[in-house]
Order: sequence, then structure tokens, then C-alpha cells
Amino acid sequence: MSAVVEQAAVKAPHPWLAADHESYSAVTAAISDPILKRPAGNLWWVAFIIASLMVFATIVAIGVLFTQGVGVWGVNTTIVWGYAIASYVWWIAIGSGGTLISSMLLLTRQRWRAATNRFAETMTIFAVAISGLFPILHLGRPQYFYWLAPYPNTMLLWPQWRSALVWDFWAILSYLLFSIIFFYIGLLPDLATMRDRAQTTIRRVLYGIFALGWRGSARHWRAYETFHKTMAALAVPLVVSVHSIVGLDFAASLMPGWQESIFPPYFVIGALYSGFATVAVLSALIRWGMRLEALITINHFDAMAKILLMASIIMTLSYGSEWFTAWYAGSDADRSLVRYFFTGYYAPLYWLLLLFNCTLPQAFWFRAVRRNIPGVVAVCILVDVGMWIERILIIWNTLSHDYAQSMWRHFHPTLSDWVLLFGPLGLFVFFFLCYGRLLPAVSMYETRKLCHDEGVA
Amino acid sequence: MTRQFAAEFEDTESLVAAARQLRQDGHLLLDAFTPFPVTKLDAILNVKPSKIRPAMLVAGIAMAAFAYGLQWYSAVVSYPLDVGGRPLNSWPVFMLVPFEVGILAAVISGLIAFMVNCRLPALHHPVFDVVGFERASQDRFFLLTATTDADQQGNTLRHALEQAGALSVSEMWSA
Repeated sequence: MSAVVEQAAVKAPHPWLAADHESYSAVTAAISDPILKRPAGNLWWVAFIIASLMVFATIVAIGVLFTQGVGVWGVNTTIVWGYAIASYVWWIAIGSGGTLISSMLLLTRQRWRAATNRFAETMTIFAVAISGLFPILHLGRPQYFYWLAPYPNTMLLWPQWRSALVWDFWAILSYLLFSIIFFYIGLLPDLATMRDRAQTTIRRVLYGIFALGWRGSARHWRAYETFHKTMAALAVPLVVSVHSIVGLDFAASLMPGWQESIFPPYFVIGALYSGFATVAVLSALIRWGMRLEALITINHFDAMAKILLMASIIMTLSYGSEWFTAWYAGSDADRSLVRYFFTGYYAPLYWLLLLFNCTLPQAFWFRAVRRNIPGVVAVCILVDVGMWIERILIIWNTLSHDYAQSMWRHFHPTLSDWVLLFGPLGLFVFFFLCYGRLLPAVSMYETRKLCHDEGVA
Repeated sequence: MTRQFAAEFEDTESLVAAARQLRQDGHLLLDAFTPFPVTKLDAILNVKPSKIRPAMLVAGIAMAAFAYGLQWYSAVVSYPLDVGGRPLNSWPVFMLVPFEVGILAAVISGLIAFMVNCRLPALHHPVFDVVGFERASQDRFFLLTATTDADQQGNTLRHALEQAGALSVSEMWSA
């Protein structure tokens, strides 16, 4: 009897590696061959052309914005922030989510992270780089953005350290450089593998230069693990602080609906939420595009859906605490703002937000939904949409409905708003398509280690 | 003159077993090259913990202190600006920038310490000339050993490596 049970246990497919036997070379080949051996398919080229067109549209829109000024947007003297700030928060949140996923899963020794951490980190770099554009775009005189840095100048002026804009500058700068180093160190052993597998001289030389001569020595690995783990440990407080600063951009003001002490943690959980949703969507795309079904399994989607469910519940609690605080604190401005959420000009969007962020993800209570990849992807895309709506509504609702009734006004987006909303998505896809053709999408050395530790190699 | 031999193994288990055996028999083990970290090797090869983390701590704290000092100097001494009666030294908000740049400085110094520790970048190393070494980053495990005075030609060492299950043993020629 026990022998039968044992045999069944051996036969059952491995949760994180969908093959009963994977050799180190098979794993390495599965990840590197799509880059080194297979040409880009037609679909890749179609996507590349569409993304390039969107990048072109973004560049034109930025050119128009820089020559005409922020008047080309729907912003007005009451609603002084618009799509740019919502997009800034949305993009940096996706970036933060990527880092949190990668570092928290490393620190908590989640074995399944090997399949997802690389593109979570990649996503972070691209998303943070894109998010960094928006604060510059939204400046009235973007050519002077370097005034945010303290440098000896003939005006004898200093940055205003109490300003949220200055905090953003340092937060984005530190975070972007940190993410690049974190990503690069994670990639270093894989660059050596690419160097050793490359078939053309130019590739060997280029991968070789970036691999820095990595040779997998025991001494190297020891230092490597120390540094990589320490960075992961630093990444968590860094991301939490960066996204708290984004929350403080609002909370440090005196506006109803913004001046709430819950904002920093509420923004951090929102970042984790939309970041995880985006990683799930990218996992599905990479799994399909690079035929990595053996490495990104249905169990990965199951695990991600569970975390999304948890994040969704915390988001719902955060919204609830906003409503409760407004009622409990008893301030007229706050109470009337919450009434405005549900019944005002933007109310349909608010109901949509609650549907996408709070209601739909409850489907993840069901195992059948968590294990259905199209289902998970659909919910995740809607969560990402819902999280963008949340950010734009934080801006619109408060600014459209602040203390002075005479100032109440609505926001009407313009063509420039729409192009700069969707264009950067093309930029992200453009970066990601290039990355998919140049660098291994899944960490090869970690997958080899996973195969070894799990005894499947 | 010592001669160095690199032995190729098929998996971690045979590499670790061979390294243990050779060390017990008094051979000189220099290093191992593996396609993923094998922590068991640290004790056998006597790999010391690196000093990366202390370097990161010192640099992080120094940078944070510098950033705070800069804010304090600019806001209190160089350009005092009264904003609604707030204290010139607004320390709660002055903590934000030092925190961010402190972590950044810690990571940059960690990167430098890591490079120095590993002596990278070094695009070439004699071990790359060992036959089949390109698989050390894929699916083969290498052990680098050196001859001792008792065995100057390395015959015993070669024999011991082959005995321990090496797929091949080749000499590494130092540049």
C-alpha cells in the first residue's frame, strides 16, 4: 500500500517544473535558445511595429507639449493635476510591485520565484524609467527640472527640501539606479552563460563584456549571494519608502481626501497589487511567446492569484477606511467628498473602480479560476485598469470638489492627454520586446539550482 | 613549480564528494566553478565570508549623514526660508532624502566591494582555456587543484581526480 502511495508521489508532476526530468542543459537551452537560435517570429515583428508607432506618437506628443506648454492638456486652474500624475503613480506602482515581488519572494525563500523574478525586475526598470518622465512632463518649465538638484549655481538658490517634488526627484533617481544594479547583478551569471553559448563572435564579445569575466568560482558565488540577498533586503524598505513618498505627494497637502495618514501604506499595497497583476499578465505572455510552459506552470498563476486576492481585500479595506474616517472625523469637506465619490460627476468611474479592484478579484476564491490562465489574465488586466482609474480619481475627485464651492470644476481630457496615456504603454512594450530578444527572460542559474534542489535534474 | 589541474564533474554530488576526498588526502584545492551556487563547497574550499555588508553599512550611513547635513546647511545656514513658521530644521521631512540616497550609496558601494572581492571585471582568466570550460556556466562542475611538493609532477593528483569520478582532467596553464 505504502509503495503504491510512494509511486504515485513520484509520478505526480512537480509543481514548479512541469517535467519529471529536466537536465541542466535542457533548462539552459529552453531559456537561451529562443534568443540565440530562433529568429523573431512574425507576431514579434507586428508587435514591434505597433509599439514603434506608439513610441513615435509619444515623442510627437511630448514635442507638442514642450513647445505649447501644459495648456494642451485638460488641466485647468482648479484641477491642476491630471493624467500625468495619475500615470506617474500608476507606472511607479507597477515598478514597485516588481521589486517587492522579486525581493520578498527571495527573502521568504519562495522556490517558485526563479521563473518570475527576472521579468518582474525588468518590468521595474522600464516602468520606473517611464514613470520618471511624467513629473518632468507636468512641470510648467520642464527645461529647468535640474533645479531640483542641489548644485552650486549663480542664483545662490537651494532646492526646497520640504517640497514633495524634491522628494520625488530623489526617490525616483535612487530607485531607478537601485533597480538597474539589482537587475544587472541578478543577470550577471546568466550573461556568462549567454557568452558561452553564443554562436557569433559579435554576440560572444558583447555578452562577454557585460558578463565581466564571470566564471562561477566558489568565491564569486559566495560574494554574489551575500550581495544579492543584502540588496533584496534593502529593496523592501526602499520600495516601501519610495511609494510612501508618492503617497505623501498627496497626504502632505491640506486637501480633503488627500490629507490622510493611511495614504502611504495604502499606496504601497496598491503598488503591490497592480505590480503583481502586471507580472501575471507578462508571465502569461512570456510563457506563450517563448514556449516556457515547462518553467512557468499553472501553479505559478495559482500562487500569484492568491496574493492578488489578499491584496484586493486589503485594497477594499483601505477604501473602506477612507469612507469611515470621513464619516467619523465629521468634517463637512471630507463627508461631502465621499458623497461626491458615489454620486458626483465621476461616480460611474468610481463604481467601475470598485468593480475592478474589489469585486472581480473575489473570483480568485475559486480554484478553477486561479488555474485558468485566460481568466487570471483577464482579471489582472482589469485590475490594472481599475488601479489607473483609482489614481485619476484620487486627483479628480479631490481637486474637483475641494473647500470652495466657487472653484468646483470638471476635468475634460484632450487628445494630448490620451496620447500620453496610451503612448507610454507602447514604449513599455517596445522595451520589453527588445529585452525578450536580447536577454534571458527567466533566470537560468536559479532555475538550474531549483532543478538541483528539487531533485529533478 | 606547482602545476594546476582542472577536473570536470557531471554533478554537484560527485564534485563535492571528490573535493572532500582530495582534501582529506592532503591535496591542494584552489577553487571550484559551478553553474549555480553550491554552498557545501564553502567549507571544503575554505571560502571566507566577504566584507561586502560592512562596506555597504558604512557607505550608506555616511551618505545619509551627508545628505542630512546638506539639507540642514542649506535650510538653516545658507538660505533660511520661513514657510508658515515651520522650524528651519524640519527634521521629519529631512529624513526622506537621506533614507533614499543612503540606500543608493549602500548599493553602489556594495557593487564596488563585490567587484573588488571577486576581482572583476577580468575578461580573461587562464581557466577559460581549459577544454570544455564553457560548460561551467551551463551544466558541468569544475574543481581546480594544484600539486604539492610531495607530488611535483601531479601524477598522484591526476590519478586521485580520475579515481574520484572526474570526466576529464586537464592542466591549466597560467598566463
